[in-house]
Amino acid sequence: MSRVGIGRFVAVLAVGALALTACGSKIENSGSTSPSKAACGTVNIAVNPWVGYQADAAVIAYIATKELGCTVTKKNLTEEVSWQGFGTGAVDVVLENWGHPDLKKTYIDEQKVAVEYGLTGNKGIIGWYVPPWLAQEHPDITDWNNLNKYADKFKTSESGGKGQLLLGDPSFVTNDEALVKNLKLDFKVVYAGSEAALIQAFRTAEQQKQWMIGYFYEPQWFLSEVKLVHVNLPAYTEGCDADPAKVACDYAPYDLDKIVSKKFADSGSPAAALIKNFQWTNEHQNAVALDIAVNKLSDDDAAKKWVEANPDVWQAWIKN
Amino acid sequence: MTTLSAGAVRRRAARLPRGALVGAVVAVWVLLWIPLRGRDTLELSTSELTPLHERVNDLRDAINSSRGSSPVFTAFFDVIRQAVDALTVFLQSLISQPAYGRPVPLIGWLGVVAVATLCAYAVGNLRVAVLTAAGFTSFGLLGYWQQSMDTLALTLAAVLICLLIGIPLGIWAGLSDRLHRVLTPVLDFMQTMPTFVYLAPLTLFFLIGPASGVIATLIYAMPPVIRITAHGIRTVALSSVEAGTSLGATKWQLLRTVRVPLAKRTIVLGVNQTVMCALSMVTIAALIDAPGLGQVVLRALQTLDVGTAFSAGLAIVIMAIVLDRVTTAARDRVETQYRLGPKARGRRRVTLAGLGVGAAVSLYLSYTYVWAAFFPGPDSGGVVGGQVASGVTQASDWVQVHLGAVTDAIRNAISYGLLNPLQSLIAESPWYLVSTVVLALAWIVAGARIVPTVAVCLGLLVATGLWQEAMVTLAATLVATVIVMALGVVVGVWMGRSDRADGLIRPTLDAAQVMPAFVYLVPFLGLFGASRFTAIVAAVVFAAPVAIKLVADGVRGVPATVVEAATASGSSSWQVITKVQLPLARQSLTLAANQGLIYVLSMVVVGGLVGAGALGYLVVAGFSQSDLYGKGLAAGVAVVLLGVLLDRTTQAAARRFGADVGNRG
Repeated sequence: MSRVGIGRFVAVLAVGALALTACGSKIENSGSTSPSKAACGTVNIAVNPWVGYQADAAVIAYIATKELGCTVTKKNLTEEVSWQGFGTGAVDVVLENWGHPDLKKTYIDEQKVAVEYGLTGNKGIIGWYVPPWLAQEHPDITDWNNLNKYADKFKTSESGGKGQLLLGDPSFVTNDEALVKNLKLDFKVVYAGSEAALIQAFRTAEQQKQWMIGYFYEPQWFLSEVKLVHVNLPAYTEGCDADPAKVACDYAPYDLDKIVSKKFADSGSPAAALIKNFQWTNEHQNAVALDIAVNKLSDDDAAKKWVEANPDVWQAWIKN
Repeated sequence: MTTLSAGAVRRRAARLPRGALVGAVVAVWVLLWIPLRGRDTLELSTSELTPLHERVNDLRDAINSSRGSSPVFTAFFDVIRQAVDALTVFLQSLISQPAYGRPVPLIGWLGVVAVATLCAYAVGNLRVAVLTAAGFTSFGLLGYWQQSMDTLALTLAAVLICLLIGIPLGIWAGLSDRLHRVLTPVLDFMQTMPTFVYLAPLTLFFLIGPASGVIATLIYAMPPVIRITAHGIRTVALSSVEAGTSLGATKWQLLRTVRVPLAKRTIVLGVNQTVMCALSMVTIAALIDAPGLGQVVLRALQTLDVGTAFSAGLAIVIMAIVLDRVTTAARDRVETQYRLGPKARGRRRVTLAGLGVGAAVSLYLSYTYVWAAFFPGPDSGGVVGGQVASGVTQASDWVQVHLGAVTDAIRNAISYGLLNPLQSLIAESPWYLVSTVVLALAWIVAGARIVPTVAVCLGLLVATGLWQEAMVTLAATLVATVIVMALGVVVGVWMGRSDRADGLIRPTLDAAQVMPAFVYLVPFLGLFGASRFTAIVAAVVFAAPVAIKLVADGVRGVPATVVEAATASGSSSWQVITKVQLPLARQSLTLAANQGLIYVLSMVVVGGLVGAGALGYLVVAGFSQSDLYGKGLAAGVAVVLLGVLLDRTTQAAARRFGADVGNRG
């Protein structure tokens, strides 16, 4: 480009810019915070990596922001790291906790930085599942006594000549290796290594009618896409899983609960009351989770949709 | 030609006993394996812990509970955290996050695009400036402007700190042999230790926030700039240094006026590699809440949304390619700027001034007006992001439904035919047998001097308590490396012989290297199921580009006169490749094998996420389950040990081959 050309280019640019300034709207500084905001302050919610949890966090964040005027900061963390956050002050709330007696011992009993804050109302079920086509063609497969009969069919390149039992997310404490041994099943535990791997495996198995059995759990958005069928192991009784090496019974049902930091519980924030009162059903959570996972709504839009449809449920949470 | 063929004959004669020895060792191994199979394999079930693992857990708990009271924390780590946080938050408030009471960052999209273009032209040339403008605009078009800027801010913060520490340290290591010796194993450790192992402890030391994300990134990204800077300083021609000394320059003057200027080109290459490594950490840092594109990828993975993960991954790829081309152009300019004539220099100055004015105007506009601050387009998906995502989703679904049978057959063929027998041989032999075989093989291919290193690595592997898991991982790593090398030779030769192929394939290789693995894991899982083979395929995608590029460079480096002579004497293309080009590119081939192995090994953890089990799974499990932390750490150390063992052996072997060729050439 010549010197004149550059000059002309700059001039055109400047004129164009001036023209644009004439019609654009200016950026306004955001106004000072309202008094109600100051009363609530900031709430740090840990968001653990599954969609059901995301649904909980979406609804709580929506109500806390819109109704109570809080500033909500969501932090995307795994469970272990979230609990560490109680100690360092980076996390105020864990909204959906699956058991974790070891973490409770460390952070609630020993370090005393966190407190239990009641149940969410969601029931967690863990167990072994098969794809629906399999349960339909071989109804007796949902009884563990018949598993050995079909073990050959479950063979894969990974299972070393035995049937393959696929485990998923490494963040769950599982008894499956002990179960296979103690129930004398001709199966080998294979670690899929992530929730995504497990879901994809079930999806492929249903699509292509492959034999597959694996570890899964409810509530989970994927169950609304493929209705996996639970395989019945010997029924759970209180204390049957006391010795991890000798477990020979199904997983205990989980009552999912909420954990908050001690500091937050003592703060008297209206958000603390909201979280203490927060309780809903698996259907509620599934509705929001489905909107996020399948209908691709943003967290906020999904929460808004649910909040508008269920005023009587959430209004009880903020009445006090 | 005569000297060449004579050399080839002699080489074959020298290689024969070595090959025969390797064969003999393997034969003895198999014979012993038959009766000893399954004995002393040091098996440990997944939930079992050794005393070592428990001790690590205890140590972690002790640090965890003393964090608040210990003055070391408050004084030392908090100062670092605050400094890193301040830098990162400042960069974010410039380009990505609302700040100073404004609903938007200080500089909107228009300003960022203009300034980035200006910078690209200033350090590079017009071509990369145009590429930068297009690349940055595409972030907005994909609908990920803000996430991209968060990623850019974090990457910049990490890279700045890396350079601030890494370049001086690298120069020092270039001058001091002692520091170099001390530093090398530390850098090896930083590069091969899986990030998952230190991710959770980082948040203990530096809290959950930008600092932890930046520090996780810089641990991985700093080694290249230190290594390459040291290498640059070391390889400055002795004659130049002597000339300086004879002119009476002091040590400091010598460094400032001779060594650093002459090594500048190499140092910029180090910067380039550090930027690339920093970008490859985007998704992993998102696991501890580092903001940006990584969050989008991880979240999409939860719902198996391949399309969304891909379009966010695409933004990462574009950012990597832009930054790579700009730093490469900057490196070339270090040489060419002296050669510019006065006229060209004047023209350059005018263009710079023009871009400068444009950037200033854009900065003002994007500070003041909404249209220049928010990237225009729909809220989610942007102008084209939605289409890209749904297109990719459809394509991936189609492939999974229609190719399932074929891919199953491939998986079974490789698993039953190659992987299972190899794994059975390596992991079901007694540990002392495998150790002896490895020592013997290392001695044969790499010489006696490597034996102590290998012995130490093997001993420490036994000490981690994860011997069998390590052997399972080793088997998969070897199979993946064989596939990588096969691809490397075939595609590398093709690229080395044809400029057209090179131009066509190279961008694809770049993309494969920087696309986060999390993006293509889901379609691969759909194709190959949760299996070791899926992990191998993911590792091949990541590692093959390096091997291919190295082989291509080696083939290209064969003197044209030699190739012409061979062609003129009537050799066919096949003969030229197998008799001339590959043998002469042998050093590149061994380097490719070395790099291929190391890159495959760096995917072990990703493999654990898709069904490879073994060390990779244990590292991931250690990150997610507090009881398994110690075991995960031990698994991470085992990965490092495998890496050191394989790296040192292949490097020594490569040096030996190189010396052989050198002696005869």
